Amino acid sequence: MDFPPLFNDLQARLAAVTVREVERSLAAERLDVAGLIALLSPAADDMLPPMAKRSAAITRQRFGSTMQLYAPLYLSNLCQNRCLYCGFSADNRIERRILTIEEAEAEAAILHDRGFSHILLVAGEAPGRLGVDYLEELALRLRDKFAAVSMEVQPLSTLEYARLFRAGITAVAVYQETYDREIYASLHPAGPKRDFDFRLGTPARAAAAGMREVGIGALLGLADWRAEGVALALHLAWLRQRFWQTSFTVSFPRLRPAEGGFAPLAPVTERDLAQLLFAMRLFDHDVGLLLSTREEARFRDGMLGFGPTRYSAGSCTAPGGYGNPALSGEQFAVGDHRSLAEVSAMIRQHGFDPVRKDWDSSFQQAVAQGSQAA
Amino acid sequence: MEIICNGVKTALDAEISLATFLRGKGLNPDTVAVECDGVIQARETYEGMRLREGMVLEVIRFVGGGASC
Amino acid sequence: MLTIAGRIFSSRLIVGTGKFPSSALMRAAIEASGAEMVTVALRRVDLNDPGDDLMTMLDRHQYVFLPNTSGARNADEAVRLARLARAAGAGEWLKLEVTPDPRTLLPDPVETLKATEVLVKEGFIVLPYMNADPILAQHLQEAGAAAVMPLGSLIGTNQGLLTRFQLEIIIAQARVPVVVDAGLGAPSHAAQAMEMGADAVLINTAIAVSGDPVRMAQAFAAAVKAGRDAFEAGLGVSGPVAAASSPQAGLDFLR
Repeated sequence: MDFPPLFNDLQARLAAVTVREVERSLAAERLDVAGLIALLSPAADDMLPPMAKRSAAITRQRFGSTMQLYAPLYLSNLCQNRCLYCGFSADNRIERRILTIEEAEAEAAILHDRGFSHILLVAGEAPGRLGVDYLEELALRLRDKFAAVSMEVQPLSTLEYARLFRAGITAVAVYQETYDREIYASLHPAGPKRDFDFRLGTPARAAAAGMREVGIGALLGLADWRAEGVALALHLAWLRQRFWQTSFTVSFPRLRPAEGGFAPLAPVTERDLAQLLFAMRLFDHDVGLLLSTREEARFRDGMLGFGPTRYSAGSCTAPGGYGNPALSGEQFAVGDHRSLAEVSAMIRQHGFDPVRKDWDSSFQQAVAQGSQAA
Repeated sequence: MEIICNGVKTALDAEISLATFLRGKGLNPDTVAVECDGVIQARETYEGMRLREGMVLEVIRFVGGGASC
Repeated sequence: MLTIAGRIFSSRLIVGTGKFPSSALMRAAIEASGAEMVTVALRRVDLNDPGDDLMTMLDRHQYVFLPNTSGARNADEAVRLARLARAAGAGEWLKLEVTPDPRTLLPDPVETLKATEVLVKEGFIVLPYMNADPILAQHLQEAGAAAVMPLGSLIGTNQGLLTRFQLEIIIAQARVPVVVDAGLGAPSHAAQAMEMGADAVLINTAIAVSGDPVRMAQAFAAAVKAGRDAFEAGLGVSGPVAAASSPQAGLDFLR
């Protein structure tokens, strides 16, 4: 199948799936693309329990009874883009703030004291104010304090990613938001993010630069989640074929209430999200699956063991918000307000081990990989 | 004069071309590869190339074989 | 259709030309196999008894000649043989074999990778014979190999797909065709490889030494086609089929 696929074609295929095809796919050792489409189709909606069972078994076998934990560190809510759904959109009148390197370090120190070993640096896109120099300097200061420092910022070039890898950044997450080209165009009327293809090529550039891990995802609620799920899985398979030395993760952010009052175009229920996550696990046994504090505690507790491998915890999405909880200007409203200790306790209660690190960035060598950068 | 061809001393009456030598041995020059003193010869040079005293030739061609199973 | 280095093959069976009782039987068996690519070896000519010329026995327009570097024990020897093969008029195709251990004839991964890098730069279409090691397959692919040729089991053992689990990974990861070579002693072995999703298989001994090479060639051709058809049609799965009536399995929390 071509990548990225046409959503109309995907929807036609999804609609044509029969219950028998779903049953066959569920019994298969490995899910192929046709099987993936079957499990994301409406015909599979009633098959959630057996999908959950398979997903849980595969996850336990591959990852053990563990749950990795991390916290986001919001560096800046400045953004030159006008994404209609995002609280950081340049059109929104929010209190804009960019942390100085020292302020960012102070926020990181708070997370470190709370027990986090893995942090995710997050920023809106304002490369003039928060560029590679800033990230490099911050990464060099944080690398000895944290086992893993990943980042979710503006898309960069392969050379820039390689520079940041050498500075201690271990992973890059960049979400396509939607793989539907038309919807993408309508939601990104201005700013560099308008360029669908440049964004689509970003995970490959990060992988080519030698990043240990690359995260992809779609913002659920923008387009038909079933077709979105197929496209996301195809992107993952495409990356896997080219960057075999990279670990991959998939995130499932559901659109949350945010500044700007954007309502989801295609609402995604918890059942839908669960079906998508199970299908992704059956399609790719080794991929890391992330659920953030966008989701409510009840849902995250329930999903434990069924497929997700990494949760954020104790998150604040306003820059500077860990040191000063009164600050506004958050990206989205958090759905799970528990602290790291509380989330860890819940994980243990369920018989799982909360894992705060599985790598030390101080080990990493600057070796770029992959012959075929996109 | 004498040359060494495929490890065997071979007497020649006079300086002849490589192509003539091969034909004399019943070989089709178009289906063999020849190394002269360790250097692989391009096929176009076979006619013009004179064999000289003491030259070491390797004449190689395809035989049945190939698969590992 | 099988495509290697841009060339399309309608047969997924590649056959070797060695070990046949006679040239006539070799020609007949290859004809019966439907193969479009044949492997050949390079040897010194016996000047006292040149014998038949393989290049004139097989129609060069009908078959792609895939010379091998059999006998090479390191990268340098393999590179020399490859250059000789090209000089002998075989074109750019090359089955790279580097086998330093004369007992097992297992391919040397380090020397094979080295030779692949050199030969790709020289314009050869390199198909390396390799152990069924998925990481090595990735490195060879990145070095520019046009296909990879992992072994099913040790040469000459007829043990079939002992490397099945590694082959599955290689097939799942490959961006170039995967041709299973070595150890395939029976048509059922070839069919299994094709059912798994291998792009082609290479057979020599099992055909050449059978009591009736022509019929055996036909049997392999049928097995390869059957296996490929099954792969493309989608094999049924064994094991219990899930049903919607399963209990809720702890999903009551979902809203």
